[in-house]
Amino acid sequence: MLDLRGRRTFPTFLVVFLGPAVVCYTLFMMYPLVESLVLSFFSVQPDNSYIFSGFANFVRLFTDSDTAPRFWGALKNNVIFFLIHMLVQNPIGLLLASLLVTKGKGRGFYRTVLFMPTVLSVVIIGFIWQLILNPLWGVAESMMRAVGLGSLFQPWLGLPEYALPATALISVWQFIGIPMILFYTALIGIPDELIEAAVVDGCTEGQVFWRIKFPLILPTIGIVSILTFVGNFNAFDLIYTMKGAFAGPAYSTDIMGTLFYRTFFGQQLQLGNPTMGATVATMMFLIILAGVLLYMFLFQRRVKTYQL
Amino acid sequence: MKKVNFMRQTRFRGLFQHVVLTFFSLVALFPIVLIIMNSFKLKKYIFAAPFALPNAKTFSLIGYTTVLQRSNLIINFGNSIVVTVASLFFILLLGSMAAFALSGYQFRGNAFFGFYLSIGIMIPIRLGTVSLLKLMASLGLVNSLTGLILIYIAQGLPLTIFILTSFMSQIPDELKDAGRIDGASEYRIYRLVLPLVKPAIGAIGIFTMIPIWNDLWFPLIVAPSAKTATITLGVQQFLGQYVSDWNAVLSALVLAMVPILLLYLVFSKQMIRSVTAGAIKA
Repeated sequence: MLDLRGRRTFPTFLVVFLGPAVVCYTLFMMYPLVESLVLSFFSVQPDNSYIFSGFANFVRLFTDSDTAPRFWGALKNNVIFFLIHMLVQNPIGLLLASLLVTKGKGRGFYRTVLFMPTVLSVVIIGFIWQLILNPLWGVAESMMRAVGLGSLFQPWLGLPEYALPATALISVWQFIGIPMILFYTALIGIPDELIEAAVVDGCTEGQVFWRIKFPLILPTIGIVSILTFVGNFNAFDLIYTMKGAFAGPAYSTDIMGTLFYRTFFGQQLQLGNPTMGATVATMMFLIILAGVLLYMFLFQRRVKTYQL
Repeated sequence: MKKVNFMRQTRFRGLFQHVVLTFFSLVALFPIVLIIMNSFKLKKYIFAAPFALPNAKTFSLIGYTTVLQRSNLIINFGNSIVVTVASLFFILLLGSMAAFALSGYQFRGNAFFGFYLSIGIMIPIRLGTVSLLKLMASLGLVNSLTGLILIYIAQGLPLTIFILTSFMSQIPDELKDAGRIDGASEYRIYRLVLPLVKPAIGAIGIFTMIPIWNDLWFPLIVAPSAKTATITLGVQQFLGQYVSDWNAVLSALVLAMVPILLLYLVFSKQMIRSVTAGAIKA
């Protein structure tokens, strides 16, 4: 920095501007993240001191007869949880977005209503759905009976084979607004002339979508996918609210977030273990990192290919 | 003949669009409306006629009186407001200051700090919880709102800085230079630039506010005491305790929903727009 007479001055103001944010971010985000990664290579001694134990925690997490089934189970469930979001939430989000961009009455109203559940807390949503699906109240059952599907009703949240898809669909119900709005914005951004030119050239509607709109919203599909991925592998609140820390029945709704919480804090007879907790967090970190890197590798390139 | 056919087709399509949108809107709205409706009914009628609107015979506020008498929801509300407002204030203040430095000056380390501060956009702060709790304990901030606020500031900064930096770099240098020639200090120029990015600040404010208000994880882990519980945690605990008191459960859900819903109905346009602002990041 040069002052008016051309002398170098120390840019104090830069420190003033940048300092507080960097300090706060470093102290309460980066330092805990890094220390957590480091802690996963330590183990707690009976006197509460930490000693270095190499990969022992990871070996235990992957192979121990107590912890391994929980870890692999949570990982498998989390993958299913994610796939349900990708296959249900994001396509429906795209469908709704493509309907919202059409010209017609009430689009603003529909948009406001469809996005509404997204702003509510997961705790509230979880409880609302627990009440609705509760056979005691019978709301879901009597609605299904009204459309002739009464015999299909089951207390899904209580059945190991249905509980995970049920909770995933509740999460889909809540967060559908996010992909919807992101796709909506992307679709609005496509110039009308482009579509008109294609129609004049004799493109069918399907061709317009798959050959023009789809490639142009591909970057958004990437963003939606990675946001879904990070959100799902970091999810906790909904399962904890609806099924508690044990993610029942029989751990059928256990995902990485609930496993992390249980391992760290312990529940009932199971004692909490900070370093094993850190180990689970490190695995979550690696999974999320892998997802982010894959996204950057795939989409940062594609975006360029399709740039107009 | 052909034209008529075409018109019928577009009319049919318009109808189809309305049907699909209405269907999904009902799916989105129904659970929320059902809970609100039934929270104003006697328990008997919650079960006997869940789909009916409350009327003179079925109306009751018993659930609300139970909640107000037995729960800490008022205190919880206060805590949530303090935590959210304070976090938001500091996120926007520190974030805009850092963004101003990153966008306005070429200095050594600019690229480094820009990258360093953006790591936190994709990596959730939750993953550092084990060590964060240790840190809070050593600072004596467990079960304090200050602890929560510090965590939320750190959590909110990366995205705020990222977005504001891109907005601030669009401000022409001539504007700032004119200020400098008039003898304004760099601090003065920061205050000159700030109003120019107001829309972005508004969007970020909304975008960061909702997750803080709705968070369960950190209140549960860092500040679970009755005195410091936020509304999300308070409701979660109350519902767990009163699970069999349907009136109380429904009323607590409604009370917890109402502030955010009102805010949403007033600011829905801005809120929806802010999602896009938040996602441009990636």
